[in-house]
Amino acid sequence: MTGSRIYSVTQLNQDIKNLLESNPSFHNLFVRGEISNYKPHPSGHHYMTIKDEGAAISAVLFRSEAARLRFRPQNGMKVIARGRISSFPKSGQIQLYLADMMPEGAGALHVRFEQLKEKLYQEGLFASGHKRPLPEFPQRIALVTSPGGAAVQDMLRILARRWPLAQIVLCPALVQGAAAPESLIHALKLAERHSGADLILLGRGGGSAEDLWAFNDENLARAIYASRIPVVSAVGHEPDVTISDFVADLRAPTPSGAAELAVPDGADLLDAVEQMRRCLRMAQQRRCRQAEMHVQTLRQRLSARTPARYLAAQEHAVQGLHDRLQRALQRELEEKAAAAESLQQRMSSGMQHAIERRYARFIRCEAALDALSPLRVLSRGYAVASDPQGKVVTDAAALVSGDPIRIRFSRGSADCKVQTVYKMRET
Amino acid sequence: MAGKKKQTFEQAMMRLEEIVKTLEQGEVPLEESMALFEEGTRLSAALYTMLKTAEQKVTVLDESTDGQIVEKPFEGGENAI
Repeated sequence: MTGSRIYSVTQLNQDIKNLLESNPSFHNLFVRGEISNYKPHPSGHHYMTIKDEGAAISAVLFRSEAARLRFRPQNGMKVIARGRISSFPKSGQIQLYLADMMPEGAGALHVRFEQLKEKLYQEGLFASGHKRPLPEFPQRIALVTSPGGAAVQDMLRILARRWPLAQIVLCPALVQGAAAPESLIHALKLAERHSGADLILLGRGGGSAEDLWAFNDENLARAIYASRIPVVSAVGHEPDVTISDFVADLRAPTPSGAAELAVPDGADLLDAVEQMRRCLRMAQQRRCRQAEMHVQTLRQRLSARTPARYLAAQEHAVQGLHDRLQRALQRELEEKAAAAESLQQRMSSGMQHAIERRYARFIRCEAALDALSPLRVLSRGYAVASDPQGKVVTDAAALVSGDPIRIRFSRGSADCKVQTVYKMRET
Repeated sequence: MAGKKKQTFEQAMMRLEEIVKTLEQGEVPLEESMALFEEGTRLSAALYTMLKTAEQKVTVLDESTDGQIVEKPFEGGENAI
């Protein structure tokens, strides 16, 4: 105890955990052993010990991984387990954290499967960039499968229902047994080179892991990868996964599923075509109505400008001007007439006045005249004396006694002889 | 033996979609739109016929011992290897 570090238990256990986790071999290893002390916990996690004749190690399978287990672990069962090594700092207990577990017989296969899968994955055979899209409307489909059995019948039935337009070419192969991988590869190449297909469905119906084993063959995987025609793999039932499934361009859960995925549904397409027919009709009707309205608009605009219209407009204008002219003339005439009338009136009233004035004057003159009328004088008692020559005598001096004179009275006259003359005295 | 009929299903479908889209956009001269409409109607009728009257044809590739490859009609299940 000379200057060496003194750990706390917490530190120590943590360091142990770190040390274990830093070892790459412990990240993903396989262990062969026998299950004992198996305890499924209510939490869903499974606790057990895996042991062999010489030693034992604690193991735990968490609920998420336990769901994938395809058998029920039991004490005494020999298994191959896959997992990582670490420790639980609280207790310091070293544990195998299980990712997967397989009963021994199948386990050997399982190991090979996992190892091949990893290898091909690393080589890039599963890369999604390499996967080709399937043709939307396949014209020829090659089926690489067993010609007997339910799988091919299922596929043919579904393909006939959904997409009878495609021609199907069957490339028969063995789908299980030792000769199967080679048979499958051969049939695949046949399909690729001689079927003229634009799509390949490769698979078989359900079976045990051993039955499906041919589809984990490495050479088959490489043949699928190398295929120039897209390949859909359809092996077994939904949970079965094979290497072919990883390397194919599309994985279908079952052969029937492959038929569904590979081709469109004719019924849907009929609907789509019908729909497009309707859209076509409606679009065209709209277009025609549009054109019709356009023509209508143009027609209206045109008819607003026809020569007849133009002339009518001109006529109208002329008429308008004519009317205005007439009215103006009329007004002019009326004004002149009125002026003339008023002049006339003024004239006639003027005349009237003049006449009246003249008449009055006349009357006055007449009256004056009348007043001056000798007859009037005579009627007042005067008499007019005139000599025999008719000349009026105004001066007595012109007379001598014995001259004849005529005396005119108001009524009648008398011829007389002058008796005595009296002359007017000069003053 | 890929029939010309089947070869044009995809082409016919695409062309029909194209025509419908063009006409729906509505900026096509009237005469051209009538021509497109006729073409579209023809295509939809052809597609309809193809879909309605198609019958699945199944053959099997048979390889004889001397390497000859022959395509024969398949009678479900009888040509088991």
